[in-house]
Amino acid sequence: MAPSVENLGVDESFDGPMISLRDLRVSYTGREILHGINFDVQRGETLVILGGSGSGKSTLLRTLVGLEKPTSGQVWIRGKNFSAISEVERDEIRKRLGMSFQGGALFGSMTVGENVALPLQEHTKLEPTTVEIMVRLKLDQVGLSGFEDFLPSQLSGGMKKRAAVARALAMDPEILFFDEPSAGLDPIIAAGIDQLILELKKAFHMTIIVVTHELASAFLIADRMVLINKGDVVALGTTEEMKTSKHPRVRQFLDRIPEPAVAQELDYLQMLTEPSSRSGEGRQGKSR
Amino acid sequence: MEFFGKIGSSVEGGLAYVGALTSLAGRAAYFTFIGPFQGKPLRFQRAVAQAMEAGVRALPILSLITFFIGLILALQAAYELRRFGAISFVASAVALSMTRELGPLITAVIVIGRSGSAFAAELGTMKVSEEIDALETMAINPVSFLVAPKFIAMILMLPCLTIWANFMGILGGSFFGVAQADFTFPRYIIASLDALFMRDVVTGLIKSFMFGVTITAVGCLEGLNTTGGAEQVGRSTTRAVVMSIFLVILVDLVFTMLFYFLGEH
Repeated sequence: MAPSVENLGVDESFDGPMISLRDLRVSYTGREILHGINFDVQRGETLVILGGSGSGKSTLLRTLVGLEKPTSGQVWIRGKNFSAISEVERDEIRKRLGMSFQGGALFGSMTVGENVALPLQEHTKLEPTTVEIMVRLKLDQVGLSGFEDFLPSQLSGGMKKRAAVARALAMDPEILFFDEPSAGLDPIIAAGIDQLILELKKAFHMTIIVVTHELASAFLIADRMVLINKGDVVALGTTEEMKTSKHPRVRQFLDRIPEPAVAQELDYLQMLTEPSSRSGEGRQGKSR
Repeated sequence: MEFFGKIGSSVEGGLAYVGALTSLAGRAAYFTFIGPFQGKPLRFQRAVAQAMEAGVRALPILSLITFFIGLILALQAAYELRRFGAISFVASAVALSMTRELGPLITAVIVIGRSGSAFAAELGTMKVSEEIDALETMAINPVSFLVAPKFIAMILMLPCLTIWANFMGILGGSFFGVAQADFTFPRYIIASLDALFMRDVVTGLIKSFMFGVTITAVGCLEGLNTTGGAEQVGRSTTRAVVMSIFLVILVDLVFTMLFYFLGEH
């Protein structure tokens, strides 16, 4: 069933960690977002990356799939240093990765069927009829049979996301990445996506990385979890270990405790006075 | 000192922009001319679709506008020429100014409005909705998949459109010639053709080729540089149109000067 991918330097029988991060640092416009991330992901494992808004979890995911370049440290995928290999080698690895973007990122000018067919047409020498069958198979897998000829704009949010998963599955990837799979979906549809992730893991033994802040979904699908806060790994462990963790940040995140109010009156006063004096300077500077 | 500093930094910015345009055009040229020999696909079908959109669908509006431009040119030329009793030179005046200058330029401006802006809007929307990222994660090069077909379409279609524009302009001029300057239609056409040398047509076409490269590079670069949301897509589109018009005029100036000094010898 797997489409034949030309094997260019990718070791089929690779049995080390599918992903390993070594002191990974990423900066945007001079500001460091990730400060030295280390962890491994084993084959067939589902890892959930948890973290609040602005914690750097999305940047981490983008770096894992090669959309951002690390400023230092390494991303090893299937035993290859992702940021130090040639473009050809990187593309060979990318053909074995599937990514489901937060908004779906389906190509608006193509039908759902064409979207799913695109990676197959680009990277395999399959006959058009075979591609058609593969597309139907993948759409059926995500419960979208019969929607081949619909445009993405004609689909609901949940259907778009499932279509995006079908496209990510087109090449039978070994590692599947999800960016906020249940964001913006109603609880029933979101549960459907969780179910789909569990099925993929069971049926195809896929390695799955999910970025989310939906706790219920995270505990349902994860084997292990990693909590990111302000660009650092706060905690890494199995779902059980996380549930029983005593770490204050983990507790705060899992028990949904808001940020504590400003502790000291003095700090509060300082906080109030400092920015106002700064903005006053700014105004002066402008008027000059 | 601050004044010179500002000039320096804007020159630097301008050069960086031209550098980015050249780099994008270079990568597109690689995927068009070299890539196919290295086993990378040439997306001929996508290029044909782009050529239909940028070229064939522009014909009605281009025909109408260049017809009017030809007529206007004839009227303006006759205004001065009739004082010298030289109204029969209207045909050559229209033919020369159309093929050497206005044909390529008007075509470029119309194509900027129709296609340059569309390129920026299309790629900008794809950028902000993560579709460009999606292509990259699928190991499909966005320049090869999206930009190269547009380059192929534009460098083929712009010269074709320009030839058509020249023809329509002369046709517009002939309207005046027949009505006001004692020409018959065949005589007007013959007078126009007599006035033209191959050199006039070719210089116009070389310019239009360069305009095609410029418009595509600017439209695609502005689209790919879009960050943020829908508002930024609008801004990129505006920038693409303004920058394209400016750079097309600049390229026009450079090539006109080049042809002028080359023509001296």
